[in-house]
Amino acid sequence: MLAGLTGGALVAAAVFMTLGAKGQWDFILAFRGTKLIGMALVAYAVATSTVLFQTITQNRILTPSVMGFDALYAAIQTAVVFFLGAHQLSIFDPRLRFIVEALIMSGLSLLLFRWLFLGRHRGLHLVVLAGIVFGVFFRSLSLMMQRLLDPNAFIVLQDQLFASFNTIDQELLLVSGVIVVATSILSRRLLARLDVLALGRDVAINLGVDYRRVVMLLFAMIAILVSVSTALVGPVTFFGLLVANLAYQALGTDRHRYTLPAATLIAIIALVGGQTIFERVFGFDTALSIIIEFTGGIAFMLLLYRDLKR
Amino acid sequence: MIEIAGVSKTYEDETVLDDVSLVLPESGITAIVGPNGAGKSTLLSIIARLITPSAGAVRVDGLDVQKTKSDVLAKRLAILRQVNHVGMRLTVEELVTFGRFPHCGSRPTAEDERHVREAIAYLGLEALSGRFLDELSGGQRQRAFVAMVLAQDTNYVLLDEPLNSLDMKHAAAMMKLLRRAADTFGKSIVVVVHDINFASIYADRIVAMRDGRVVLEGTSDTFMREAVLRDIYDTHIDVREVDGHRLGLHYL
Ligand SMILES: Nc1ncnc2c1ncn2[C@@H]1O[C@H](COP(=O)(O)OP(=O)(O)OP(=O)(O)O)[C@@H](O)[C@H]1O
Ligand SMILES: [Mg+2]
Repeated sequence: MLAGLTGGALVAAAVFMTLGAKGQWDFILAFRGTKLIGMALVAYAVATSTVLFQTITQNRILTPSVMGFDALYAAIQTAVVFFLGAHQLSIFDPRLRFIVEALIMSGLSLLLFRWLFLGRHRGLHLVVLAGIVFGVFFRSLSLMMQRLLDPNAFIVLQDQLFASFNTIDQELLLVSGVIVVATSILSRRLLARLDVLALGRDVAINLGVDYRRVVMLLFAMIAILVSVSTALVGPVTFFGLLVANLAYQALGTDRHRYTLPAATLIAIIALVGGQTIFERVFGFDTALSIIIEFTGGIAFMLLLYRDLKR
Repeated sequence: MIEIAGVSKTYEDETVLDDVSLVLPESGITAIVGPNGAGKSTLLSIIARLITPSAGAVRVDGLDVQKTKSDVLAKRLAILRQVNHVGMRLTVEELVTFGRFPHCGSRPTAEDERHVREAIAYLGLEALSGRFLDELSGGQRQRAFVAMVLAQDTNYVLLDEPLNSLDMKHAAAMMKLLRRAADTFGKSIVVVVHDINFASIYADRIVAMRDGRVVLEGTSDTFMREAVLRDIYDTHIDVREVDGHRLGLHYL
């Protein structure tokens, strides 16, 4: 199964790199290459953060973005522009700003995660509701700050917030790549414990997992991955949900050794393949994120329906 | 030795464990009995560091369970909760293999596999070892979870109502199995049971709880008396001696 998915992802990447390419090859390869790397990075960040999040929270419906965490990131971006002002902003290295924003994001989401998942046990309903409320709250907060911004600053901000699969932010690519690779290497030792964590808090503790520490580290990793993907392509609400659940279905096993790579590969196929079809074949530029959100939204409703019926 | 020193637990303003002090020895079977809501599960969870006590401390072989690293304790003490639900789709064999995690992480050696096979065989699950948990009956699943806890191979084994949903044959077989584990391997087994007759026949010690307190520490001889049972359970239970065992006729 994994081999098949890897093959699919490679084919999608090859077609994306070559289809309809005319003119100077080195230019095309470099141009499309960066785009491809960007998409792969986003695919990895979204898929991994979703699977980890679902393992910790023991559910298949909640994802960091359904819980409003990319809205939180957008609010942080807005707040930074709001408090710095357009002038300050122009002399601020965007990469440095990204790192600062990602740090604030990690701190804040750790607080939220702790409150939601490590305190008293709260029912799934309450947590979903809280997530929706957070999402609305952060979005309105951003909107309010945007109203008050001066026009110059607003343009800078708009540039960031309306990033999409088409306009992956090139400047941030390298620094995001480094961050993602670094966190992944640091967290490799946690991976052995993920399967145990999926058995639930009590069983995990019984089997000797330092539950609080491991969960906090994983939440930190999730926050970083969400920051990266949101900074590169903006908020994507249902994409993670879609690829994670496709991976669980396709594999028939819940071992993270398989689900993590499978979800990432499916995400790459969806993004790169979809982008190739829409950009090259149909010539639409913006349709991909709409289609992905639409399919993901339907998947979300189906899952919710199935869970309610049980 | 497990030392429970002045342990209390309060939720909001409700006290569910009230200054419990108890010593559980290094081997043998201790049965914990008492009516619903007496605090048996809460006590077991506190011993196994799943719940933090509001006051007091628990030491296992001298190690404070709140302060000792979780992986160190996992090699000495294992717990089976009263209700077990696993979201992950697993076969019986995979589940039991998780019991070896404290010893080998996610890479089981031949030795670990032997423990897994033995635990599966002890609980008579050989024929079911490739089945998924959601394809088992309630009693079969319960036995699979007990197998996982036994595969952990710890000196202290805490079992919260392991006889849940077992039929008569398997319930008696389970108690005999625990007896064998205590006698042959010198393990210390703490088991919550509702059927006082199983406690009477198989346990070396009986600890009775009520309203968050330990009201009796004794043996079958001191516990299986009509006056004592009435105090604990608020109901009359005839006690008879059959083949040297004291049995309560609580069906009448
Ligand atoms: N999280 C909680 N919040 C508030 N009260 C609780 C909580 N958990 C347990 N209790 C209360 O603590 C008391 C003891 O519960 P516990 O589960 O320890 O009883 P038990 O002796 O195991 O009962 P049973 O025989 O029914 O399993 C009960 O009155 C219960 O309602
Ligand atoms: Mg109980």
